[in-house]
Amino acid sequence: MHPFSFTKAANTREALDAGRHGGRYIAGGTTLVDLMRETVERPETLVDISDLPMRDVKVTERGGLRIGALVTMSEAAAHPKVRSLYPVISQALELSASAQLRNMATIGGNIMQRTRCTYFRDVTADCNKREPGSGCAALEGFNRTHAILGTSDACVATHPSDAAVAFAALEARVHLLGSDGERQVSFADFLLRPGRTPNREQALRRGELITGVEIPALPRPLKSGYLKVRDRQSYEFALTSAAVALHVRGGVIREAKVAAGGVGTVPWKLPAVERHLVGERPSESLWTAAAAKAAEGARPLQHNRFKVELLKRTVERQLRVVGGSK
Amino acid sequence: MSSELPDSAVSPPSGAGESTSGPSRRAVIATGVAVGGVVVAGGTFLAGAEEAPATGTAPSSRVSLTVNGTRRTVTVDNRTSLLDLLREHFDLTGSKKGCNAGACGACTVLVDGQRVNSCLTLAVRLEGAEVTTIEGLADGDQLHPLQQAFVDQDAFQCGYCTPGQIMSGVGCIKEGHTGSPEEIREWMSGNICRCGCYVKIVRAVEQTAGRK
Repeated sequence: MHPFSFTKAANTREALDAGRHGGRYIAGGTTLVDLMRETVERPETLVDISDLPMRDVKVTERGGLRIGALVTMSEAAAHPKVRSLYPVISQALELSASAQLRNMATIGGNIMQRTRCTYFRDVTADCNKREPGSGCAALEGFNRTHAILGTSDACVATHPSDAAVAFAALEARVHLLGSDGERQVSFADFLLRPGRTPNREQALRRGELITGVEIPALPRPLKSGYLKVRDRQSYEFALTSAAVALHVRGGVIREAKVAAGGVGTVPWKLPAVERHLVGERPSESLWTAAAAKAAEGARPLQHNRFKVELLKRTVERQLRVVGGSK
Repeated sequence: MSSELPDSAVSPPSGAGESTSGPSRRAVIATGVAVGGVVVAGGTFLAGAEEAPATGTAPSSRVSLTVNGTRRTVTVDNRTSLLDLLREHFDLTGSKKGCNAGACGACTVLVDGQRVNSCLTLAVRLEGAEVTTIEGLADGDQLHPLQQAFVDQDAFQCGYCTPGQIMSGVGCIKEGHTGSPEEIREWMSGNICRCGCYVKIVRAVEQTAGRK
């Protein structure tokens, strides 16, 4: 690990000040400390933001939910409002990492997580994300766990977060605070596809802080849930996953929010699946037909072709779980 | 009940002595202190750090925390993990270093009552924190109920993961995730046992939770 200076921000102004001067924010630290030990991350200054007032979960005026950036994964998952309004978020969180890590890691840090691509984590390997211009060892390497959607010739690494898949499905907004003031960015615009600059991962400005994630109000009743498919039953990243939320009224699907994880360079929203569902009556054949559109545009690599079919089946099964089997 | 220990300077351990052949890790650390030590303004000694250039003084910070009821004030190289602080400087070697990457749970301790991976916790961030390790669990000669349950259920073979399993189990019981063997398995999944004692570990957690 490279040496770094350490400072703890007593308030938001102090944090922004340190951030503007190049300080790196640390909250739970479960990704950052790990990557610092691998020398993938080499911050000169760490700014501890754990005392900042961003620990609330609040119902918004419009009936949505705002989760503070410093709420831990375990707190968010257990929160009664999260559990009752958006079970898909609770489930995604509780299927992530381990109880210990969820006690440490925060919501803001969770969406800032960096990829688990082994070549990214190995400083001796070529990686455009870690070392722009060095190449991508995964393209012709062992790429079984890599992305099939949103990839580029520069990078095929997946985004590792489960909660982010639920946030993407629900069209959450990221609340940001900089020295110029507050702004909001839609989740779809917050996490960036790699393109030719895989080293740029978020639409963050220098020194900006994530203050929270807001999930918009959706019509009630809303049924939702998260399915994660992986190599072992627990404590493992997703091969594929599906976040599904459905609003059914009068026997007809009025709203459908669907996104997939483990397959995209960013959490992968599935608008074609959603369009196929809205206005239809739940049925076995509907789930199958809608899920058939889940892998549209997929570009599998040598070792991850299985993800194309697995993704469709994952989405189909979770549509059935949430929407019912009649 | 808590006692106060004087200031001590703390350096991160050397990563060089991990192999089974050659000098022991402790011997390398001792050598590292002797060779790489530098005097800083406060008169404390700091060792050359893991993976760090040998020259210059690595930034350090002073931190006060309570470990198993004892208040400790130390100056640590900012890179020091809580696990290394416990093992290499407080001589509390019950918490184990398995993966050092948050993937095995052998280093699990309680910080302010919550189970965490001490390998991913920077010691400098623990100002005012209350840390409980496996050494702080028993009440004198009276084992903690979960420690006793591990003995009763024969819930280990090699024992390397056991301190982490027990600390994690204490957290799991406190969190109330012991409704069924399946629930215990899921909520204990952050602790890997290479001997495969999971069935008995689950029984030990069940036994202890059932007594509450």
